[in-house]
Amino acid sequence: MIKKAFTKEHFVRGVLTAFALSSLLFLFLIFIFILIEGVPLFHKIGLKNIILGFKWAPTKGSFGIFPMIVSSFLVTFGALVIGAPLGLSCAIYLSEYSGKRLKLFLKPALELLAGIPSVVYGFLGVIYIVPIVRNYFGGPGFSLLATSIILGVMILPTVISISFDALVSVPKTYREGSFAMGATKWQTIYKVIIPSASSGILASFILGMGRAIGETMAVIMVAGNALRIPTSILDPLRTLTSNIALELAYATGDHRLGLFSTGVVLLIIIMTLNYIANFAIKRRVIK
Amino acid sequence: MNVKIRIEGLKVSFEGKEILKGLSIDVFKNKITGFMGPAGSGKSTLISVINRMIDFEDNAVVEGKVLIDGQNILGDKIDAVQLRRRVGTVFAVPTPLPRSIYDNIGYGPRLKRGNHRRELRTLVVESLKKAFLWDEVKDRLDTSALKLSGGQQQRLCLARTLALTPEIILLDEPCSGLDPISTAKIEEALDELKKDYTIILVSNNTKQIARITDHAAFFYMGTLIEYGPTEKVFTNPSEKHTEDYIQGKFG
Repeated sequence: MIKKAFTKEHFVRGVLTAFALSSLLFLFLIFIFILIEGVPLFHKIGLKNIILGFKWAPTKGSFGIFPMIVSSFLVTFGALVIGAPLGLSCAIYLSEYSGKRLKLFLKPALELLAGIPSVVYGFLGVIYIVPIVRNYFGGPGFSLLATSIILGVMILPTVISISFDALVSVPKTYREGSFAMGATKWQTIYKVIIPSASSGILASFILGMGRAIGETMAVIMVAGNALRIPTSILDPLRTLTSNIALELAYATGDHRLGLFSTGVVLLIIIMTLNYIANFAIKRRVIK
Repeated sequence: MNVKIRIEGLKVSFEGKEILKGLSIDVFKNKITGFMGPAGSGKSTLISVINRMIDFEDNAVVEGKVLIDGQNILGDKIDAVQLRRRVGTVFAVPTPLPRSIYDNIGYGPRLKRGNHRRELRTLVVESLKKAFLWDEVKDRLDTSALKLSGGQQQRLCLARTLALTPEIILLDEPCSGLDPISTAKIEEALDELKKDYTIILVSNNTKQIARITDHAAFFYMGTLIEYGPTEKVFTNPSEKHTEDYIQGKFG
């Protein structure tokens, strides 16, 4: 009897371990697969010609993705310009000002915001944001500006929840000490609480950037996907992710490999951002 | 003797539970007044009314009057932020900010506009000297206040409070986490300070109350049981309850 229970325990443990490790395995396989497919082209065409090349004409042997790298960073920066102040303000309100009842209502609403499929954001962007940009600012409407607005809203849940956690974890003694010295609530927030939570807030921005740079569907729908470096915020543009999603369906041969190379570049950018964010969060914990 | 703080019929309750049950007491100017009593007697709540930190408690209901120099500080016209510059507080747990020693003390004065750098420097040095901390930190004013020992942090908090140039200093069990040497240094500092300030010292340590206060009040379950000159309270208490507490029979 005892022996049976023992083997059953072992069995359960073995299965769970296998499942747990499988996620690691998938991650590893994805990484290897993309590298195997993407790296050979770097050899053939040359790293410089791909990353710094201006012309993307994969059927004619030009694989320059520089405009897309620039565009990806531009929309990410744009998303941050819109999402970071909005998200941080919201986190400050939630942690410092809102009453318990409102917090109970706002937190789930934010989680819901994170759960909305990106195609819905894209749809809203096409229906509302793009015409507004076209009518009030000019240009085709499908633009850096429209994309930044949509992405800015999409990164809000990430920015808010991580900044909120950082603000809430500021020790109560800091607040008390500041208030006792005659500081107002706002003085306490910007002189003591925000500086103390700064690494967590920074991490929330970086993770928001990671989300923005990786977003595909909504971006394809509102960015216009033109193959050039935008010269104004009203110009259309194409990001690294859009490029892969738009062309993979019909790409063959070197063209297909070119898209994998795009993927390699994207993967490296996102991994770097996540690494920086983790570093920022860890530093906060140690301090 | 001048009355600095007059409390009249002060009642405080949290969600229907009465913590202070109609207190009246006079605190005299340029004296150290000790508040003692077992846990839950309402001492700390009383302190949080005087510095209006109770404003941050969502469910607190406060009735009655607290007059400082004849002005009711619970009135609508009083700005709690301004009040906290007149009524400095040192908490039981040291609450240094994650900044340098210098900036911790400069924090309060800098919140007010029109302070010049040289004046601030003088103010910081004087505050540290008054809190008996200057000799220990004069060579490292730029290091983080969090690196100081517990006793030093508490004296830093005292210095920080002094830099506000308050009229009243509230100390809520300031020595509860400190070793005897640090405690002695704080007591020494307080004895010097009473010339210029009105000091209220909350403590569970009856010996400390006996050592350094001029007047002593004994609270129990939200009421004031006994109040008078410290010597009288300790040598010839009029209430049996007080005597039992002082002799350590309960508490």
